[in-house]
Amino acid sequence: MAVKKRTKDLTFWQKIYLPEIAKGLALTFKNMVKPKYTIEYPEDKFIPPPSYRGRPVLVMEADGEERCVACGLCARVCPPLAIEVQASETEKEKERYPVKFEINMLRCIFCGFCEEVCPEEAIVMSKDYELAFTSREEAIYGKDKLLTPIDQLNDRIEFLRKYK
Amino acid sequence: MNIWEIIVITLIKILIVFTLLLLTVSYLVYFERKISAWAQNRIGPNRTGWKGALQPFADVGKLLLKEDIVPVNASKVVHTLAPVIALFVAFTTFAVIPIGPDIKLFGYNIQLVAADVNIGILYVLALTSLGVYAITFAGWSSGSKYSLLGGIRSSAQMISYEISMGFSVAGVLLLAGSLRPYDIVYSQSGWLWNAVIQPIGFITFFVSAFAETNRLPFDLPEAEPELVGGYHTEYSSMKFASFFLAEYANMIISGALIVTLYLGGWHFPWLESFGLAPWLVVAIQILTFIFKLAFILFFFMWVRWSIPRFRYDQLMNLGWKVMFPLSLLNLVWVAIVVMYIKP
Repeated sequence: MAVKKRTKDLTFWQKIYLPEIAKGLALTFKNMVKPKYTIEYPEDKFIPPPSYRGRPVLVMEADGEERCVACGLCARVCPPLAIEVQASETEKEKERYPVKFEINMLRCIFCGFCEEVCPEEAIVMSKDYELAFTSREEAIYGKDKLLTPIDQLNDRIEFLRKYK
Repeated sequence: MNIWEIIVITLIKILIVFTLLLLTVSYLVYFERKISAWAQNRIGPNRTGWKGALQPFADVGKLLLKEDIVPVNASKVVHTLAPVIALFVAFTTFAVIPIGPDIKLFGYNIQLVAADVNIGILYVLALTSLGVYAITFAGWSSGSKYSLLGGIRSSAQMISYEISMGFSVAGVLLLAGSLRPYDIVYSQSGWLWNAVIQPIGFITFFVSAFAETNRLPFDLPEAEPELVGGYHTEYSSMKFASFFLAEYANMIISGALIVTLYLGGWHFPWLESFGLAPWLVVAIQILTFIFKLAFILFFFMWVRWSIPRFRYDQLMNLGWKVMFPLSLLNLVWVAIVVMYIKP
């Protein structure tokens, strides 16, 4: 059997092992007194940066109207088919609006394609990551849960205008 | 003092030592978790009570409520006996370790030790050797290959390191000229601690203490990747907890032994020259002992979260080819000190 030759041999002090142990101990001690990275979750919450893709929401204008014109592009592009839109006509300038807009949060994969494809900037990803349901029916979010006032979504919209 | 007074005082001392030992053990588990968390930039348990201070009681409550499983292949009597031996050894050893000088209380002269035996160190060595039986029994009686391998490794390791431990202790005994813990502590008053006079013996004893308590650089019996849980793989509920308690109690005992044998026991350098009241001197001395012990225990945990585990052959190499000759060398050095340097 060929004996593999070491390229670098240990020095005498490394062979004694004690100085190396002291070095290791110093390193762990340094880490013991360092500030901790833990966020104590239910009390302190993680506030994501604008680039974060949380639960998709519909933008609600200041007058309480949704921006959505029910073109159905988001439903078309959605890879897991989580979005369902039913359009209807309205007297207003935008002419169309969604009667029904549902996202099945059990299907949603948070890819952000709906937001990317939307021509009206009407559906955006929010910072909400706390999603828990007790039944499957509860996981289907209708317009009542999806509509979010625009002033809560400003930094995401700004981010989209900058980088999209 | 008549015989009844001695008996009552001793019983009270036993009660105090036992309660304190149990409490310290449960809080050691808590601090182990805290220190591991700190070393990894985490916070650690902080939900039960103030900063998680009730965590040990929650753990014990959980363990008590668990089902006690005995495997079909297990030898039931030995399987039950093993944790009992482990606990017995762990708790009886503390009886001979003095934590301070004599105190005068209610007109009695009380020694701060449960039993002032003149062969105290021999007693400690004998009992800690018995601890191997607990682990071997547990490994053998579980009827599982992981337990058996863990038990065998552990007993091999403890026997190998007991030799260097014994020789290191022999150096201390040579210098003190007595097996009585009190005399050993008195022999290293001031700064003449054994750790200063015989540093090699101190290091070999310290390393052997790690191996004897099966703590991390030498925790082969519980090497998770290879042996699951080692000798206590097949234990559950309070039997498992007994092994756990015994392990931490052993840690306290090794720490107390290190303090007594090498770090001057309760001696605080030049305390007598400050001219304090006698009761204050005694209080400071007891606190000194506790502080030294706490530091050693912290060091045990600190090492655990810093150093990786030794391989089995490395462990045996270190034990027989390094620690054993070093402890012999130390013995020769102490003999020279006794013969030529010490008057």
